[in-house]
Amino acid sequence: MSRDNHPKNLKDSHLLYTELAKDTKPEIPPASEGAEHPDFQIIGQHTPRIDGHKIVTGQAPYTQDIKLRNMLHGKILRSVHPRAEIVSIDLSRAKKLAGVKAAIELGVKQVNYVGDQIAAVAAVDEQTAEKALKLIEVEYNPLPYAVTEERAKEEGSPQVHAKRKNIHKFNDQKRGDVEAGLKEAEVVMEHTYQTPVEIHHPAETHSSIAKWNGDRLTVWDSTQGVHSVRDGLAQALSIPISKVQVIKHYMGGGFGSKLFVSQHTVVAAMLAKHTQRPVKIILTRKENALCVGNRPSSLQTYRGGVKKDGTLTALSLLNYTSGGIEQGDRCAEPIWDVYKCPNVSVKEFTVYTNTGPQRPARAPGHVQGTFGFEGFLDELANQIGMDPLELRKKNYSLKNQGDTGIPYSSKGVDKCYELGAEKIAWQRRNKTPGDGSGIVRRGLGMASQIWWGGGVPGTLADVRIYPDGSVDVISGTQDIGCGTRTFMAMITAETLGLEPKDITVKIGNTDYPWAILSGGSLTVPSVAPAVRRAALNAAERLKDMASSMLKVPAEDIILTGKKLVAKSNPEKSIDFKKLARNLRRETVFHGERMGLPQGYAYNSFGAHFVEVEVDRVTGQIKVLKVVAVHESGQIMNKQTAESQLIGGITQGISTALFEHRILDEATGTLVNPNWRDYKIATAMDMPEIIPLFVDMVDPRINILGTKGLGEPPRIPIAAAIGNAVYNAIGVHPRKIPMTPGKVLQALKGKEASR
Amino acid sequence: MEKKEHKPTNPVTRRDFIKGFGGGAVGAAIAPKLLAQESESLQTKRGKIPVYSRKKISMTVNGVKQTLVVEPRETLLDVLRERLNLTGAKRICNQGECGGCTVIVDGKPVYSCLYLAILADGKEITTIEGLANADALHPVQQVFIEVDAYQCGFCTPGFILTSANFLQNNPNPQLDEIKKALSGNICRCGNYMHIYKAVAEAAKKMKGV
Repeated sequence: MSRDNHPKNLKDSHLLYTELAKDTKPEIPPASEGAEHPDFQIIGQHTPRIDGHKIVTGQAPYTQDIKLRNMLHGKILRSVHPRAEIVSIDLSRAKKLAGVKAAIELGVKQVNYVGDQIAAVAAVDEQTAEKALKLIEVEYNPLPYAVTEERAKEEGSPQVHAKRKNIHKFNDQKRGDVEAGLKEAEVVMEHTYQTPVEIHHPAETHSSIAKWNGDRLTVWDSTQGVHSVRDGLAQALSIPISKVQVIKHYMGGGFGSKLFVSQHTVVAAMLAKHTQRPVKIILTRKENALCVGNRPSSLQTYRGGVKKDGTLTALSLLNYTSGGIEQGDRCAEPIWDVYKCPNVSVKEFTVYTNTGPQRPARAPGHVQGTFGFEGFLDELANQIGMDPLELRKKNYSLKNQGDTGIPYSSKGVDKCYELGAEKIAWQRRNKTPGDGSGIVRRGLGMASQIWWGGGVPGTLADVRIYPDGSVDVISGTQDIGCGTRTFMAMITAETLGLEPKDITVKIGNTDYPWAILSGGSLTVPSVAPAVRRAALNAAERLKDMASSMLKVPAEDIILTGKKLVAKSNPEKSIDFKKLARNLRRETVFHGERMGLPQGYAYNSFGAHFVEVEVDRVTGQIKVLKVVAVHESGQIMNKQTAESQLIGGITQGISTALFEHRILDEATGTLVNPNWRDYKIATAMDMPEIIPLFVDMVDPRINILGTKGLGEPPRIPIAAAIGNAVYNAIGVHPRKIPMTPGKVLQALKGKEASR
Repeated sequence: MEKKEHKPTNPVTRRDFIKGFGGGAVGAAIAPKLLAQESESLQTKRGKIPVYSRKKISMTVNGVKQTLVVEPRETLLDVLRERLNLTGAKRICNQGECGGCTVIVDGKPVYSCLYLAILADGKEITTIEGLANADALHPVQQVFIEVDAYQCGFCTPGFILTSANFLQNNPNPQLDEIKKALSGNICRCGNYMHIYKAVAEAAKKMKGV
């Protein structure tokens, strides 16, 4: 297969992701009714996961744990050069090794980053496959390359793409007149903020098993989207979608790196076809760092003007971002849409480098853009002597600030501010950044967040009731660690008057009704309304049946306590199980997530408040406390939602203080391809975290009034930490990770400017 | 270089073993001898170590005696996962950085990705599959469910075994001690706060509070 035949998923993934995240497919009509406001008994409560027992006993089957009869192990030979022509590949020695069942070329004429694929083998075990890789002889013709943004930007540097310059403008948007706005301002400022390339590094490295049965392909994949992988495989292999089945029972994290089909999955299918045996490919930790995605870097220069009363008059962003051989991240959303400002301009450029392609990383662009923009706002506030929280309140908006100007369907950030400020005791902040004395200084900071996460219309779910009264809820969605199985059981149980443990949840298989991939904070707002609709359809039918048996109108019947009961006369009731018997055969009720009403912007919101301690001698930052307040509509399961916040915050602390990919410019090699040298936060780095929700039901977004929550807690935390550090020591580091070295550098710069 | 006697109390790590082999030349010289099942010995900085091509080992895994022939290169993790189908221990970093492969060997938690299977000969091993009684979960397992001390669940077996072993030795831990005990395990989903809350709850539960 030639490189050109590879699924274009990597190239298109970012755009597609962003489009999905704010999806409003017009062809599916919106539900005529708005959100319900019933008094839920189960939805919204703290509910332990229904599959917890499997996880804590080690019985949950992850893709890496699955073994098939006669299964072979595949390995991929990857480039050691950042850019080179492939002159020749000799597979003969590899093929002769005992235990090797296939060795194939992957049709690559030129490699463009260290880790780019060249050839693949399948053997009886991993060890033999690894040995075989070493026997493949590749003759390279090394070409000049650029692995750092600085090098790629230089005049006359090697071109990463033949038909495209290394610096490529991909975003140019504006409203109003920035120059006129700056003239109106009383204070004008300009600062530059920098974020590095980060690696997703899910615990379970990317893994796939492919097995052919005639012309039908079954793939077990560690994925965030069984349907998206299915579609990508069909496209890459030029076979009908109906011939591909993708299964995912459990997966060990993805954070955006497992949304679409990966090259190694296609390779597993090719090797399986070649050998007529199942083939499993598990990527190593190093491969995970090299070639299955990363979060693009950014170099964001903000310019802005403000009046002394806090009115923002103009804002502009110039951003250079690198996603390796792919486009970088659009970091413009925070400056574009969080606060009221009539004059805004944004120009964003990708800087192509000979490094592995980016993939969406939990809140792509927003994490970087928020660190820069919310940091800039605090520095602006200080210039006019204003409380940074007051500056944000002053420019609060209930309307989308983009070109549409339409109102948000719901927005509860004002409530997030109120609750967050109270819980962190905001009045304790240094009135002027850097106030206070001593070596160890304390500071408070905050930042706001916007994301989409309205859900994707057309997502399907079925509720199936059997004659013995047992109930399935079925959807081709997946659980990526956020508790999909549990909330589906909760909604079904709530609607049918049962308990979550009574419901059997069937997900993670493309043979089930279509559901959107799990990314972009889409799972709950897509799947939950579909499940609710299916369960309501079931309830309606059961009420009709009970109505004729109990001789009361259907409207008078409620489903509660595993019974159908007449509200007007609780004596009149029938057991759910008994009634189900009258269905006689298994009965399926369909549900669909309907469209979003036009005329509103659908976004999720939140704000984080942080307290830090900074040692001015060592440069060490210690995060002491985080108060996170989110408005994501009706919360489905408080318990897993809290975990979601804690996880997003932990990852954000890791971003703020530790994580960055380090490349050796001389060789283009990754210097920290493991978890020792690529630092990740541990239990020792954890502050006290207070996860809170503003209880609001979005009146329009869907029948449950629920929005996404996956991305939101990941967005403002690094920015809030940066602002707290600024408040503590009087200088903003403006670069993440805020390592001791960078803090000391910032302090030195402050001394020098005195 | 001082030569020391190899002491059985000072087990050879994978690192020693690999260091012992040194460059390819040494490896090549020894290779023919490895074909024999009989043990040879190899001089290393830490003394003589036996060299096997393959070795029959017996270990007790979750109360069941397992006898099998392993190659010296095989880690305990790979033997558990690939040969005994005990896939609860996970291969996450495969070089002793994350704790996802933690199992209990003779009462102590070890990173099974760094522990050679031949060293497990005669040892007693508990994996996540063997932590619960037939009828009841271990209190740590129970509390992990109650507190939602996981997300994707991939690192969870390692955290649970580390925690259970820690509480056995420290029934009254302070929060700082819990954090320290867990610092050799990485949860990439980042649910540490729920994890150490679970360990604190489990400590209470185990004391019957």
